Amino acid sequence: MNRKYEFLKKIDPETSNLIKGLQAIQGVEGYVSDESISAVADYFSVPVVEVEGVLSFYAQFKRVKPGKHQIAICDGTACHIKGSTQVSEWLTFELGIHPGETDKSGLFSLETVACLGCCSLAPVMSVNGRVYGTLDRKSVVKILKEYENK
Amino acid sequence: MSKIAIKKIRVGVASCGVAAGADAVLELLRNRALPFTVEETGCLGHCYAEPLVEAVLDNGESVFYRNVKADDRDIDNILALGEKDRFEIPPKRKSKELIKVLALAGKIDPTNFDEYVENGGYAGLKRALSMTPAEVVNEVKLSGLRGRGGGGFPTGTKWSFLAAKDTQEKILICNADEGDPGAFMDRSLMESVPHQVLEGMLIAAYATGATKLFIYCRAEYPMAIKHLKIAIEQIYAHRLNTVGDRVLEIIIKEGAGAFVCGEETALIASLEGQRGTPRFRPPFPTDKGWQGHPSMINNVETFGNVPLILREGAEAFAAIGTEGSKGTKLFALAGDLKNPGLVEVPMGTTLREIVFDIGGADPDKVKAVQTGGPSGGCIPVELFDTPVDYDSLKKLGAIMGSGGMIVIGNDRCMVETARYFLDFTHRESCGKCTFCRVGTTRMFETLERIVAGQGEMSDLAFLEDIGPKIRAGSLCGLGQTAPNPVLATLRFFRHEYEEHVKDHRCEAMQCDAFVDMYLDRAKCIKCKLCIKNCPIGAISDDFAIDNTKCTKCNACKEICPKKTIFRVKKGELL
Ligand SMILES: Cc1cc2nc3c(=O)[nH]c(=O)nc-3n(C[C@H](O)[C@H](O)[C@H](O)COP(=O)(O)O)c2cc1C
Repeated sequence: MNRKYEFLKKIDPETSNLIKGLQAIQGVEGYVSDESISAVADYFSVPVVEVEGVLSFYAQFKRVKPGKHQIAICDGTACHIKGSTQVSEWLTFELGIHPGETDKSGLFSLETVACLGCCSLAPVMSVNGRVYGTLDRKSVVKILKEYENK
Repeated sequence: MSKIAIKKIRVGVASCGVAAGADAVLELLRNRALPFTVEETGCLGHCYAEPLVEAVLDNGESVFYRNVKADDRDIDNILALGEKDRFEIPPKRKSKELIKVLALAGKIDPTNFDEYVENGGYAGLKRALSMTPAEVVNEVKLSGLRGRGGGGFPTGTKWSFLAAKDTQEKILICNADEGDPGAFMDRSLMESVPHQVLEGMLIAAYATGATKLFIYCRAEYPMAIKHLKIAIEQIYAHRLNTVGDRVLEIIIKEGAGAFVCGEETALIASLEGQRGTPRFRPPFPTDKGWQGHPSMINNVETFGNVPLILREGAEAFAAIGTEGSKGTKLFALAGDLKNPGLVEVPMGTTLREIVFDIGGADPDKVKAVQTGGPSGGCIPVELFDTPVDYDSLKKLGAIMGSGGMIVIGNDRCMVETARYFLDFTHRESCGKCTFCRVGTTRMFETLERIVAGQGEMSDLAFLEDIGPKIRAGSLCGLGQTAPNPVLATLRFFRHEYEEHVKDHRCEAMQCDAFVDMYLDRAKCIKCKLCIKNCPIGAISDDFAIDNTKCTKCNACKEICPKKTIFRVKKGELL
């Protein structure tokens, strides 16, 4: 097995751990590459197509390398009601990318997620897992500036 | 008079608290050399007041501080027990709430085993272990507890199905997928009192003879997962996982972002490492579940109720609530209201009490509430005297669901809200059943047309025709309930649909297709902030908005210090 993926060995190679294996890959590399799919298929002794089948079913898995700072716009019900569509538009204007994309410099990537569970602070977004609440245009721009300089 | 001193300080650092900045407040407090401890705690349910800090005094009382900022002024104010920003639970809310399941949330450190035990934790398990398994099942039956995951199935009855199985391996699964966008009851409970959920699971394992315990938790809840992991290690260390003659294994599995995996057969498929598609029942999971073994699934909150029942007895539990719905229920209250948060009320409390008395919503500004998320329906304000229990909500075409409750204000469009839910369900449909896969997509496309101003009256008839067909032709609850938001809005807010179609008008001024941005030049102070902030240069130097260019993103409306920019009906004020 490719030395890069030796960390998989911490997981019991029974097929019920397939999702766990993919999550471990994404945890380390930020996404699931073609190369890692073969490694997972090998490790769990299942065909590549089965790994792809599982992978494509779940929204969590990314197939392209995300940016350094990963922005998730919450589009849960409360956030939607409170204007997440506009938050998304503002981010697109500022960054020049749409949800699902990474900017050219590889600094930011943008995605929409179903719910971050912080509904009472709607609208919210998270950057690298940290949640920011009660967003308006000003705070969105400010948060982006902070990360640009990080 | 001797001076009252602070004994310790607690900072609520559940996800909502952290999002509001509680972690920075905690750090500032810990950087001070203080003669008492600064502890982390979970969620008190008053999200609108986060970050929330509690100063526990040496006379046993507490002073709370709300919306604390991470600066020295606010910290000094707390340490001096100042009057600024003091927080008290609004009296109206206090009188309507009944805190049972959440009694320890925000009161103890979630990662501290001893604190849980000192406050009555594991007394329920202890009592259960002194009874026979059959007696425990019976106790839960007598309590009248029904599943909190949405279906409302009697919990004791479900337990008796698994208990009756005579096999080597039996599986117990805690459903912590909480996929309903707009719900966070389970998250709060797991983050704030993880041991309570686990105690419920251990009691269930003893009662049913289960050997392996799974918690299927959505990956979006890192703090819940962390706290559960710590709690499980503590359980192992104290050997509480030995019930009767069995040593139980407790395993956490993270979901991977699929709503349908909250459905029990899909969840089991996902636990097995497969695509999470539901299958036909029977066989029911209690007959044939995880890897063929009898398996039983209960929701987080369901398990969270169990220790109370065992500790206080079935009778005390059944004394709360209504005829068919016993105990209390947690609701995640959010949307257009003053005091969003996590609330706990006796079953049978009316929507009016929850939304207005507890949530502090303005009665003149609310038109509906959505219960049960994308599977539920919206209930118009005229019907707010409906008691919240499983059966009353069902009659209105809504459902209790797991407890997400979104308040919808007058300035929201119901057609757009229905479109939002169908956008969600059509994407989350696993694709197995044709009616669900294609039907929800057709519904979504139709709604998209209506909000874009291209709807026809025949579209409304189409929606009403296809809805029941999707219900009938779908294998699982996702498809069976997906049409609910559309059918309910068509029933209660038909005039809004008709307005969109016939008059090209959106009363709430929300649907961009029917809206122009209008700047009231008489009130404008010419600060040019709007011009600078328009991302696409649609505002000219003399403050005219080019509505053919404008994308209605509201950037100008938000930035205007004098509030001179409005959304108006297209073509009306130009
Ligand atoms: C599409 C769909 C999503 C569901 N999502 C959840 C969920 O997130 N959490 C949950 O506890 N139950 C969910 N359920 C209900 C479960 O299938 C199941 O009824 C429940 O977990 C049983 O536990 P209970 O008896 O304690 O309520 C969902 C059902 C469907 C059809």
